[in-house]
Amino acid sequence: MDFLTNLFTDPATYRLITIVILSIFLGIEVISRVPSVLHTPLMSGANAIHGVVIIGAIIVMGQASTDDYLALTLGFLAVILGTLNVVGGFVVTDRMLEMFDKKKKKKK
Amino acid sequence: MESILLPLSYLIGSVTFIMGLKMLSHPDSARKGNLVAAFGMTIAIFATIFLYKNEAGASLGNYPWIFCGLLIGTFVGTIAAKKVQMTAMPEMVSLFNGMGGACAMLISLIEYHHDPNPETGKLVVIILGMIIGTVSFAGSMVAWGKLNGRINDHTIPGAQIINFLLFGGLLFLAIMLIGGFSTSSAFFYGMLALAALYGILFVMPIGGADMPVVISLLNSFTGCAAAFGGFLYNNPVMLTGGILVGSAGTILTILMCNAMNRSLKNVLIGSFGGNKTIAGGGVSKEGGNYKEISLSDTAVLMAYAQKVMIIPGYGLAVAQAQHACHELEKVLNEKGVEVSYGIHPVAGRMPGHMNVLLAEADVPYEKLKEMEDANDEMSTTNVVMIIGANDVVNPAAKEDPASPIYGMPILEVEKADHVIVNKRSMKPGYAGIENDLFYKPKTSMLFGDAKKVLQDLVSELKNV
Repeated sequence: MDFLTNLFTDPATYRLITIVILSIFLGIEVISRVPSVLHTPLMSGANAIHGVVIIGAIIVMGQASTDDYLALTLGFLAVILGTLNVVGGFVVTDRMLEMFDKKKKKKK
Repeated sequence: MESILLPLSYLIGSVTFIMGLKMLSHPDSARKGNLVAAFGMTIAIFATIFLYKNEAGASLGNYPWIFCGLLIGTFVGTIAAKKVQMTAMPEMVSLFNGMGGACAMLISLIEYHHDPNPETGKLVVIILGMIIGTVSFAGSMVAWGKLNGRINDHTIPGAQIINFLLFGGLLFLAIMLIGGFSTSSAFFYGMLALAALYGILFVMPIGGADMPVVISLLNSFTGCAAAFGGFLYNNPVMLTGGILVGSAGTILTILMCNAMNRSLKNVLIGSFGGNKTIAGGGVSKEGGNYKEISLSDTAVLMAYAQKVMIIPGYGLAVAQAQHACHELEKVLNEKGVEVSYGIHPVAGRMPGHMNVLLAEADVPYEKLKEMEDANDEMSTTNVVMIIGANDVVNPAAKEDPASPIYGMPILEVEKADHVIVNKRSMKPGYAGIENDLFYKPKTSMLFGDAKKVLQDLVSELKNV
């Protein structure tokens, strides 16, 4: 399969694969010591971060030809949904974490 | 000069995601971490809009559509996130997660629509992004419906077999397309349908209580789907962001399972949600489920409590942990937590044993509460830390007439929000009777020698 050999011989693809593997370890490393009180906010924060898929939506939208209505409609929908994921995700996370702040202020 | 701006912005984006996740896993920096990641995301998004060039060197077009979509998404997302009740947070996260999955699905659909016969590598990426995005979208929608009560738990007979068949079907269609045996787009859209069905059936039988775990799992799915988008567009920030969430989400899922004292396999397969252990009734004399808590969790729980009560027992005396105990009290006081001691008259092996012991460690006398006073305060206490005491907190003394200690007044720790029990093992106490308290949902066990645990806890607290 030349597609499989391509993974290793094509420098651009190889670079991407290196990023993937390093990112996997990084993700595990970054998370491994987290108190259970923070599980939900952390999940929510990660949820917002995978909203980075919006970038793909923007690219697809920006490249759609102006008479391709199917691509335009779906792309438009994708941009909206991706933005919902990013914005909603970050705002919800912030609201959750607000509770920690409040508790601290009360104490002072 | 302009050509370095986009890669640079993506680099900033990737770094802020890593920093954000790191900061999110620590209570003090968590809120800032979230903002850091949001900042990086904004840079990456706007850099893409204005600086992205395709292979032919053309900039993006359709700006009105893009900005319109961004505006609608921002508006609706902010309102929804601001308005939602605190208790409904998990379902909101699930909903947003589903949106991300749907976004990945749509990207694949459009790319396929543009070019139904791309080179193999691209086709693989499109198909995988579509399948994972769709599963995540469908699953998240079901999870969302379950959490807000729109969908009930259904046990579908033979669900595992159906899921297995669906999975096999997906694999078959994928091989047909990728292997070049067929170029029919019906196969592609067939996969879309199967993936959606799979997502629904995958989440459907899982109980409401286990839903956060499932959402976390679907969250990491969406991360992977986003990463496939990164492959598709050779885009490093989508790749790092997606994979980070994918791997961190998987670890987080496992951590959440551990915190609930369940295994992931149990959550996904074990006949779902419904507690098979005998709930209530006090029959769980032996072999019941107790849950363990880690030192760092204990530290966080205590640091963010307003009132902590320490209940010492014989174990404290044996371990000579009174000084460490006083240390803990001082550290908590510095953090603004109100600390008191609940002293049971027969705690230890002689009357006043605890008072003497604690006085030796210079614990101020007014912090020691007699049993009645301690019980009065219990309902306003956030965390009760039981150190080496057992029978004096055994609810059997109140509830179980057959118990040898029935009728003995006890410290009613169950009225507090959280109960943390430090013991060396699950062995029963002096009176040799099982303690149902350890199996109560509010109770977490922190095993270890009292002195060592307290010392570790103090150093952990200093880092919180």
